[in-house]
Amino acid sequence: MFNVQSPQLNTPIHENKVLNKSELSYLFSGKLLLRKEIPLTEEQFQELISSSCFTPIPSIKKKLFQPQCQRCGNVKHSLFATIPCQSCKTTHLYCRKCIEMGRIIECEPLYFWNGPNVNWPIHESPCSWSGQLTDDQQRAADRISTAIVTNEKEMLVWAVCGAGKTEMLFPGITEALRLGKRICLATPRADVVRELQPRLEQAFSEVSIQALYGGSEEKKATAQFIIATTHQLLRFKQAFDVMIIDEIDAFPYHADPSLPFSANRAIKKDGTNIYLTATPRQKHRIQIARKKLPHIFVPIRFHGRPLPVPIFKMCSSLKKDLKKSLPPKAFFKWYKQRERPERQLLFFVPTITLAEKMKAELTIRLLNEGLIKKESEIVFVHASDQDRTEKVNQFRQKKMSILITTTILERGVTFPSVDVVIVDAGNRIFDEAALVQIAGRAGRSPNDPTGDVLFFHDGKTEAMVQAVKSIIAMNKRGGFR
Amino acid sequence: MHCLWCDQVIIPEMSWSNIFFLDKPKNLCDVCESKLEKLTGKRCKRCSRLSDTAECNDCMWWDKHLKGQDSLNSNYSVFAYNSYMQEIIAKWKYRGDYQLGDSFQQLFRNVFLQHFTSLPKEAVAIPIPLSVERMKDRKFNQARVLADFLPLKSIEIITRTDSEKQSKKTRQERLSTKNPFSITETVNKPVILVDDIYTTGTTLRHAATLLKENGCPLVYAYTLIRG
Repeated sequence: MFNVQSPQLNTPIHENKVLNKSELSYLFSGKLLLRKEIPLTEEQFQELISSSCFTPIPSIKKKLFQPQCQRCGNVKHSLFATIPCQSCKTTHLYCRKCIEMGRIIECEPLYFWNGPNVNWPIHESPCSWSGQLTDDQQRAADRISTAIVTNEKEMLVWAVCGAGKTEMLFPGITEALRLGKRICLATPRADVVRELQPRLEQAFSEVSIQALYGGSEEKKATAQFIIATTHQLLRFKQAFDVMIIDEIDAFPYHADPSLPFSANRAIKKDGTNIYLTATPRQKHRIQIARKKLPHIFVPIRFHGRPLPVPIFKMCSSLKKDLKKSLPPKAFFKWYKQRERPERQLLFFVPTITLAEKMKAELTIRLLNEGLIKKESEIVFVHASDQDRTEKVNQFRQKKMSILITTTILERGVTFPSVDVVIVDAGNRIFDEAALVQIAGRAGRSPNDPTGDVLFFHDGKTEAMVQAVKSIIAMNKRGGFR
Repeated sequence: MHCLWCDQVIIPEMSWSNIFFLDKPKNLCDVCESKLEKLTGKRCKRCSRLSDTAECNDCMWWDKHLKGQDSLNSNYSVFAYNSYMQEIIAKWKYRGDYQLGDSFQQLFRNVFLQHFTSLPKEAVAIPIPLSVERMKDRKFNQARVLADFLPLKSIEIITRTDSEKQSKKTRQERLSTKNPFSITETVNKPVILVDDIYTTGTTLRHAATLLKENGCPLVYAYTLIRG
């Protein structure tokens, strides 16, 4: 289900101000909209229809009796229903999957802009970033630039956690802007969008950049460079020349078929797809092995040190401890005598309820033993937490020492100097990709390039073993023994 | 069968009763159903609001305001308006997820049968109508969906002339609105007015007054939620 708060184009255009077609094309080109998302008067709209600037497209198509929603690509039977339409006096199908973005019903078409194309400005030297790429980063950056300049169809960048993926994109983005291309940087997570926006605005200060996510201030999507969550792509069609999908293996992108469906539709026919990941899913690994998907591998972190390898800590009484919402004894033992007690601690648990309870219990324990001084040094954060962004920022500014969280912070966030702990690492929520990503939170700063990563478990799982194997394999490819 | 709210597959548990008699198919899974808050305990006999006294302050106010001439005999509601219910109603009504209405089908009917036991047979249900504009937008009337769940004949004889949303108004604004309804036929049978939410009771009283003026002997209200 989607949680998108309000339609993208909800600000009405003043009726007395008539826009010409090239102004309209900025608003509507590359989008697939319902009539109620187009803020024009009926008169203006009909005129644009008759001059075939807007093309109506059936909103639900049937293929071999199986309906498909043309906005979200939904084909699941339980997510279609019928409605006895009172205005047409017949029964219509409607899509229940993307209904939060406005109902898609058979009798109302989607509209696609067919009028004049937008000529996006050509920027001679748009990049104001002055940092230096490492050799490995430069190699990947050059490969990305080539893919964009020669209109390659797709390529995958496999770079370990902390390789500096964002900076590697800068030369490619620069090339694209020099050619007057429209770019979208999409990621499954809104947190990542919020983190990327200021960095990109700083690096490309003269380019129009907009960030779109559920609840974002910007909704019109008229910029040349769009940063968006993958959900926002549901309203685009043939809009972008370059589509960069960050964290392509992350939830919900790999679990929800609507998102690849809309990402594929949002790109122009001769556009370039760039996928970024640290932990490719099996589907992509097979494609790489069969040489069906061009890729480049970046095995070394930007500071040139290997990835920390997780250590397993077997705790036979874990189930009992979890019932009391306590971390295992081994955790306290380690916590008291860890090498660098000044490091902050990222503490992962499988569920939100456990995070909340564990916070209370852990506070009491650590206060009693004098390991922390104030109650406010431990904080927990979860997906629907209203102060989520603020808490994460405070942790980054070292205002507290322990952050208890669920898999929401597994990727895309950088803290300079942390140790990482997973309690109940054998839980099925932590799959291989999640474990590798979580381990990758440690040692991300050149000033403190290592960190302890501990998995507390009561029985190794396949995911844990594979995660460690692939971390060791990546280190090996990076030239470490 | 998939749950209408969370889309999980509903797997009915085996028991002796459903080996011999098939259960009615469920529309919500147990988890989602348990979050619906049924109204129980002491409540106002006239408007179904939770109240320690037999008649709540709201209804006493109505008595004073209408000088004892209340057109609405009583209202009975099934659910409380908790935040979960608000989400369901928002998706059902405002987003227009027609099928979600089926989640209430069984309970809405069963509670009706339990409560309105001494109702004369010729009683009819009248759903509160939508305005033409709203109908064009939404394509179904949620009150009519609810009325169709009841084992009564339902007739649509009142129409709505205003278009404003009630839910966007304050209590004072609601109480002072003019009667937005007009009637196309008269009925001389007892009437059950059906709507989704009873908030201040203004809308239902407007409809009830109109019916009574046109010769209807008795008007009850049956609503899904007491807001």
